[in-house]
Amino acid sequence: MTACSAASQGMLVCHACGLLSRAPAHSHEISCPRCGDHVHFRKPDSIARTWALLITAMILYIPANVLPMMHTSSLFGSQSDTIMSGVVYFWTSGSWYLALIIFFASIMVPMLKMIALVLLLVTTQRRSRWQLQQRTKLYRVVEFVGRWSMLDIYVVAVIVALVQLQALATITPGPGAIAFGGVVVLTMFAAMAFDPRLMWDSLEEERG
Amino acid sequence: MIACHECDLLQREVHLPLGGIVRCGRCGAELYRSHPDSFDRSLALTAGAIVLFILANSFPIVGLKLQGQVIQTTLLHTVQTLWNEDMKSVGILVFATTMLMPALELFALTYLLVPLRLGRAPPYFAIVFRTMQTVRPWGMVEVFMLGVLVSLVKLAHLAGIVPGIALWAFAALMFVMAAIAAVLDPRDLWARVAAAREAAGYRNMSGTSIGAAR
Repeated sequence: MTACSAASQGMLVCHACGLLSRAPAHSHEISCPRCGDHVHFRKPDSIARTWALLITAMILYIPANVLPMMHTSSLFGSQSDTIMSGVVYFWTSGSWYLALIIFFASIMVPMLKMIALVLLLVTTQRRSRWQLQQRTKLYRVVEFVGRWSMLDIYVVAVIVALVQLQALATITPGPGAIAFGGVVVLTMFAAMAFDPRLMWDSLEEERG
Repeated sequence: MIACHECDLLQREVHLPLGGIVRCGRCGAELYRSHPDSFDRSLALTAGAIVLFILANSFPIVGLKLQGQVIQTTLLHTVQTLWNEDMKSVGILVFATTMLMPALELFALTYLLVPLRLGRAPPYFAIVFRTMQTVRPWGMVEVFMLGVLVSLVKLAHLAGIVPGIALWAFAALMFVMAAIAAVLDPRDLWARVAAAREAAGYRNMSGTSIGAAR
């Protein structure tokens, strides 16, 4: 197989419009001749940026789970709900399918996403050639699934807006919601900063 | 020639039968696909999405019925509540992902597609096209829809739920936006831009650069 990457041939592909163009010698960055976007051989500082965003997201993940997402106060007293207590509430009140959806979208997805990104980063930094296809697939899943973690933010937003107006109880959003929104946005940025082509570069290095 | 955007493998472009998909031979990423009537379908779906988007934002999403009183909320009101509750960052996040980004995407699509349909290349095509690509992952209409459903179940024991017009509009918008993403063919757009510019007497930029790459 004579597979070779565009970069090894001095060519780069525009991420915005898909045009393949040849870079002048000794340049690492050009403007796409068709759409004018900045085109790089690889996303600049991809690994460092991804790590930075990922570590910030990991730190925020702790308050996101520990701090309350919502405060409910009514005639019968007040209560604070974290993400997990919301899941438990749905589970015990019989809506186990909703408990599963929230558990997956709000707890499992961000956690698995962060673990997956760590795995991708570490293997890429070690120039591993292990399971390249599967790792690319993993990256695709991480990119696709991240948005669904916003679910809990929307749930809080809608509930707060609706119950605000009621006399019998008021529900206000808690600081957990801010941290959680931060986790979702930061992991999305982290996934965007990662360049899957770096994984495949390990194949070229070996050859020459 | 074409390079895979996920593993950078150089590959030869092939002609596709209608409805076909070209995947990267090494990593399996989708490189491009050919849809029948991709362009006209995108335009039609965009027109539909704009109508649905306006409906979804001007009517209440859900209402709670309590003691003969119905209290309703629109999307904008939801954002306002968060803002007033001193949750400005969360309010901005909800506003951006459910209103601003989808609006920008629809605006960009209209701006790109309508002049091209008339055989003209809109000015600043490249910038608007890139904006659309950047904005797209941040529009989360479908996630919002699921969020509304979950909160409805959560509130169903408190009071009667009155689904509003916007709820149905959002549900439809979710599918139409997904359909646009599936149908829109950037390669076709760029080919049309090139054709329109050539017809207008401009030098065909993409033609020369591809020639140079070869």
